[in-house]
Amino acid sequence: MRDARGDVKRPIGLRLWLSGGWLILLVLAALLAPWIAPQDPLAQDLFTSRLPPFWEAGAEPGYWLGSDSLGRDVLSRIIHGARLALIVALVAGTLTCVIGTALGLIAGYYRGWPDRIISRFVDIWMAFPPVLFAILLIAVLGTGLTSIIIAIVVIDWTRFARVIRAEAMTQGAMDYVASAQVAGRKRMGTMLTEILPNVLPTIIALLTLEMGIAVIVEAILSFVNLSISTDSPTWGGMISEGRTSVHQAWWVLVFPLITLFLTVLSFSQLGEGLKDRFDPVLR
Amino acid sequence: MTLLRNILMRLLSTAITLFGVAVIIFVVIRVVPGNPIAMMLPPGATEADIARLQAQYGFDKSIFEQFMIWLRGVVQGDFGTSISLRQPVSSLVLNRLPATLELSIVALLIAVVIGGTMALTGTRWRNTRKEGAIDVSTGMALSIPDFLWGLVLILLFGVLWPVFHISGRISPALDIDFTTNFYLFEALLRLRFDVLGDLIGHMFMPALALAIPLSAIIAQLLKQSLKETMHLDYVTLSRTHGYGEHHVITRDALPNAILPTLTLVGVQFTFLIGGTVIIERLFSYEGLGNMAIDAVINRDLPLIQGIVILFALIFTLVNLAVDMLYVVLNPRLRHA
Amino acid sequence: MNAFLEIRNLCVTLKGGAPILRNVSLSVSAGQVHGLVGESGAGKSMIGKAVLGTLPRALAVTRGEIWLDGVDLQTLRPAERRRRIGASAALIPQDPLTALNPARRIGPQITRRLVDILGWSRADAEARALELLAEVQIPDPARVMRSYPHELSGGMRQRILIAAAFAAEPKLIIADEPTTALDVTVQKQILRLIADMQTRHGTALLFVTHDLGVVSKVCDTLSVLYAGKVVEEAQMRRFFMHPIHPYSAALLAATPSYKDPEGSLTPVPQSVIDQVEREVTDHDRRAGL
Repeated sequence: MRDARGDVKRPIGLRLWLSGGWLILLVLAALLAPWIAPQDPLAQDLFTSRLPPFWEAGAEPGYWLGSDSLGRDVLSRIIHGARLALIVALVAGTLTCVIGTALGLIAGYYRGWPDRIISRFVDIWMAFPPVLFAILLIAVLGTGLTSIIIAIVVIDWTRFARVIRAEAMTQGAMDYVASAQVAGRKRMGTMLTEILPNVLPTIIALLTLEMGIAVIVEAILSFVNLSISTDSPTWGGMISEGRTSVHQAWWVLVFPLITLFLTVLSFSQLGEGLKDRFDPVLR
Repeated sequence: MTLLRNILMRLLSTAITLFGVAVIIFVVIRVVPGNPIAMMLPPGATEADIARLQAQYGFDKSIFEQFMIWLRGVVQGDFGTSISLRQPVSSLVLNRLPATLELSIVALLIAVVIGGTMALTGTRWRNTRKEGAIDVSTGMALSIPDFLWGLVLILLFGVLWPVFHISGRISPALDIDFTTNFYLFEALLRLRFDVLGDLIGHMFMPALALAIPLSAIIAQLLKQSLKETMHLDYVTLSRTHGYGEHHVITRDALPNAILPTLTLVGVQFTFLIGGTVIIERLFSYEGLGNMAIDAVINRDLPLIQGIVILFALIFTLVNLAVDMLYVVLNPRLRHA
Repeated sequence: MNAFLEIRNLCVTLKGGAPILRNVSLSVSAGQVHGLVGESGAGKSMIGKAVLGTLPRALAVTRGEIWLDGVDLQTLRPAERRRRIGASAALIPQDPLTALNPARRIGPQITRRLVDILGWSRADAEARALELLAEVQIPDPARVMRSYPHELSGGMRQRILIAAAFAAEPKLIIADEPTTALDVTVQKQILRLIADMQTRHGTALLFVTHDLGVVSKVCDTLSVLYAGKVVEEAQMRRFFMHPIHPYSAALLAATPSYKDPEGSLTPVPQSVIDQVEREVTDHDRRAGL
């Protein structure tokens, strides 16, 4: 028995440590960017253009991961890009979570006409291709950080609303909720004190997942040149540039891509790990 | 009687959803600052020229009036004229639709094959370390979206080991005189293997990028469902008949395990189709999504409207088709 | 050896240690009905599963021999073992609701093994299935063959499963609590049907049940199990008149008599439970577990 449990438990712990570790590293990089970045991320220098990473012939010291076609240091741009990525992840992720969860709880617990209206909107939203919707919103709102955050919230609130609605419906049908009702609690109170704690593990898992998605959406918007101004370094912008020059300078695409890959993976694995930790049934 | 009622309710609901999409898209894109008409004209155009064109496209009327005019057109199959390409939206969109449909269907097939194989092997290896390995890899495949897989594939098969084309749908040098834009299907029917090879060389990476997350979902859901089914008595009974593990999984458990997976895969397939927008952009594949992004960048309002409505229509049709397939495959509902 | 099924010193354990079956030995001859009785969890179903090779993955046969028709199954390779079992043994399962594949019509579910495993022609197999469905008193067998399981009642489905079990004329049938999941009114008919079919076909039948009343109606011999150990093996008549082991006697006293269904029942006394527990522990110590 102990063997079987050990097998199940160990990867979860490892998963949490690895993903949490990478995200902490990113936060540190974002906070300390001006001090730890070896170069100015915006400094262009045609004499240092397309330098390869440090282990290849022709590399220059100080440009550890090489430089792009304008001579900007890849590592420094990745480090500075972490700032925007994390701001988008945290702010857009949290806002999406709060709005989507609130609507999902109301629809799933109150049922009736609020549910009918919210569900109808979810249906309509599900009929939009999300990326196209985001691009369209940015075109309407104009580029910039606020626009990106608004676009993410607008396209993705349904992810929370759908799942939380279903969970709230299941929870609402259970006896403990009915007994809270009989005991004379207000419906709003019951929703917040009885239903919300029980859907919390799901919310946490969805939240970290959403943070990863927010980073991706930002990268996609940068990729189609619709993120924030082209000067400031973003991972998506770097990928977009790297994609066009991939045959001449693969490192311009590879390093931001690895960073993005690990970040998205870490967010989702962190969510799964935390969900297992917080789930009262699994714990 | 109730079946007919259900179908009618479903169609009504679909119509309301499509109407909602139309209203929202109409309102959103009309908030666009900047004058789409001005971009069409040469720099020396006069105010009068702009006003004339605006009147021609109906932009001088109120949003409500514009919507009613557009709606009246749509009912008659007229989606207006593209501003940037100066052609009817309907013909532009229908020209590009086959490319996107082919890409989505090929991606779906890849996802079903990979996901199904992983689910079956995982069931075969259930409760062993090998199953754990499958779970870890599907978990990873699932948390990385198609956009990133596309980039990874470009690096792998476009740069490191360049065996596939990284952009376009078909080599321009290739001589094709096809009657439809369903190049893949027509190449198959006409047995034009040169064209077929070229198309697959272009389509493989974008289709695989779209397929990887869906295949992981299929693998997880189907394996879960299979493992539950494997405990049922009729599977045990089949074992005592002398059938081996492989037969028991594929012939006895699979037909019943597919049903619960099917509904969820239907929704996921619409996500896959939505993913074609950015994947087509990434691989410069000439489909609807790529055209849609150009339309947004060019502020081509009629074209954006047409494409979004078409996507919404495809999504709702896919959901409808999945529900019908569910009834067809489930003997309990088929005979009810 | 004239016993068709003979189990010698069979031990089944949970992977990682805990014993499930402790040195079980029993034998069933052609035309004979042997009952396996015990409380739930006593391991009686596991004996049938061990014979048929359908033990849950967490369990394994660690010792002992299972002789089926003169061959020790434990010495065979898995594929050969499956083929032998498929050709000469059959199972009547407990729950007719889950024992038929909901996605297939009834006909193929009966004929499939005849065609696939035994190499019959499709027409022969179908004729045989029709004949058997008639034999288990199913009205309009041709229509039932084309039906899906959900269109039939629980009793009908159990009849179909009985027909399917006898289809290949197996020499051994294992019935695992075949009436437990049915309505009380249907139970008696099904029980009589199984007994009739067994007599007519001369099959060896291993009848797994927790119900001594049922055993008294159909069995010739029986084994009483407690915690995976056979505490008594006996002829039917002798057992009901003079149960030797105190646990058997207690079990008998706890069973409503078919002659006197309203009679008073005595739960198994704690002293008896203590005694069997002691025996089981003794056995484990001797076996070095």
